[in-house]
Amino acid sequence: MTTAGKITRRVAIGAGFAGAAALVYSANSLTLSPSFGRVFRAVEDWTRLNQRALLAPGQLAREYSAADISPTFKANGTFNPGGDAYNRAVAENFANWRLRIDGMVTRPLSLSVAEIRKLPARTQITRHDCVEGWSAIGQWTGVPLSLLLKAAGLQVGARYAVFYCADNLDGEPSKGGEQSPGQYYESIGLVDALHPQTLIAYDLNGKPLEVAHGAPLRLRVERQLGYKHAKYVQHIEITDDLTKIAGGRGGYWEDRGYEWYAGI
Amino acid sequence: MASQPGTAPAKAGEAESFYRHRAPVRLTHWINALCILFLLGSGLNIFNAHPRLYWGQYGANSDRAFFSIDAYNTPQGVRGITEIGHTDFDTTGVLGWSKTNGQYAARAWPDWLTIPSFQDLADARHWHFLFAWILALNGAFYVVWSLATRHLQRDVWPTRADIKSIPRSVLDHVLLRHPRGEAAKRYNVLQRLAYLGVILLIALMVLTGLTMSPGFDAFFPWLLDLFGGRQSARSIHFICASLIVLFIIVHLAEVVLAGPINEARSMLTGNYVVPQERVRDRTSCPAPSTAGIAAPPRDTMSCPEGAP
Repeated sequence: MTTAGKITRRVAIGAGFAGAAALVYSANSLTLSPSFGRVFRAVEDWTRLNQRALLAPGQLAREYSAADISPTFKANGTFNPGGDAYNRAVAENFANWRLRIDGMVTRPLSLSVAEIRKLPARTQITRHDCVEGWSAIGQWTGVPLSLLLKAAGLQVGARYAVFYCADNLDGEPSKGGEQSPGQYYESIGLVDALHPQTLIAYDLNGKPLEVAHGAPLRLRVERQLGYKHAKYVQHIEITDDLTKIAGGRGGYWEDRGYEWYAGI
Repeated sequence: MASQPGTAPAKAGEAESFYRHRAPVRLTHWINALCILFLLGSGLNIFNAHPRLYWGQYGANSDRAFFSIDAYNTPQGVRGITEIGHTDFDTTGVLGWSKTNGQYAARAWPDWLTIPSFQDLADARHWHFLFAWILALNGAFYVVWSLATRHLQRDVWPTRADIKSIPRSVLDHVLLRHPRGEAAKRYNVLQRLAYLGVILLIALMVLTGLTMSPGFDAFFPWLLDLFGGRQSARSIHFICASLIVLFIIVHLAEVVLAGPINEARSMLTGNYVVPQERVRDRTSCPAPSTAGIAAPPRDTMSCPEGAP
């Protein structure tokens, strides 16, 4: 090797280590930097594209047997939305709770819980994986979301289903409408919205949902992490654009840095 | 640059320079090292979001954990308690209850071990997945290249003679005797087993990591059966990470003991100066007694009179 070659290699090795040291040293500030955030978003997109390429649209999440059900199904996030409207709904046993479906649909719907319970139901024993790391197995019963969306009729160009919830994780219960800061919301793409295991669930382990688990209606989207499974759902909007809703990233936790695609 | 490891002809009296590591080995080694550093740091930050480990398909706070790190109020104040099996260890100050920016806080792993140093699950996951992808692609390249060039088969996979030499190699390592001459040009059997072991551990890290993904589970549900459930996979992920840390400690200790400059140079430039053979019997020489006498410099050391 020539002397010039040695110097070039020495420079390259030195630059490599200097770069690595800088990366370690500045990990905290890079974490908070919006421009480096683009790298993280690119990785999220890359992960989503890979999983979408592997996963057939209708491929099912594993279903378990009754013997596998967790003795206690952990509740997380909001344990009780509170507020006058929700407390009144609990007192009325959700007799006047309605689920609205609107946006890019041809026939907007408004259904009571009793009406939803009369629709064809699916029961599945699945595993709920929280982003924090824990898992719980439970039996869910509900109406497949695809049935509701077929009844409502998706318009051409529709891309997402957005779920607006009755709980506010920033403390003030249900004040200021469904897009007030801290109001829980979620969104999924149509691939997941039309998936056979995606339910608007009303029973857990054969009993109506408890308040801590999202009474009276919650979303089940079994191939993604727990925060996607919005509780206390009262309104589903079909849209082609998430950027104008709340923080613009498609969900309460997404607006706080978590991945919109939560398959990993 | 030579494409195959080999020896530059040494003139009499000159140290023999040996081309030990080819460029792909060196490059993948350092990329791997950087990935593992970031994966360990961000992994501990992720662990802090739920610092409990379980066996089986499910596991949450009301289920029995075999390992946990937590903070508890006691009459003596808040204590950090690490529980392994049924045994509690008071780890206040490091695990469970430690200082962040001068203030004590409930945190399983302390800020000086996690990436980012502040507690944030979303950010830690971003780092983790960024370097998980780099690790997986780098590792896939290494395995394909190593199989194609027979590096794995020739240099890493132990031979029959290697297996027979395990007891002697263990003794050599315990006595800190390092190979010289021709023997220094190849990996010894414990090195071979350690490198194969760490390759297996990294493969297990990737597979158990994928088992934690609900999306990937729908695609490959047999991974759940292989590891005995998602929570088992999460625990195995943590145990394998701990074993990788153990590997790194031994690996770095061996680098220091075997001559850090020479070893580091060989992983940077590929060139390794072969330790010269000793004057007499080079392998059965017992460790020198340092009692009462100053040991001669290692490189010129020869067997004392009367040694076997």
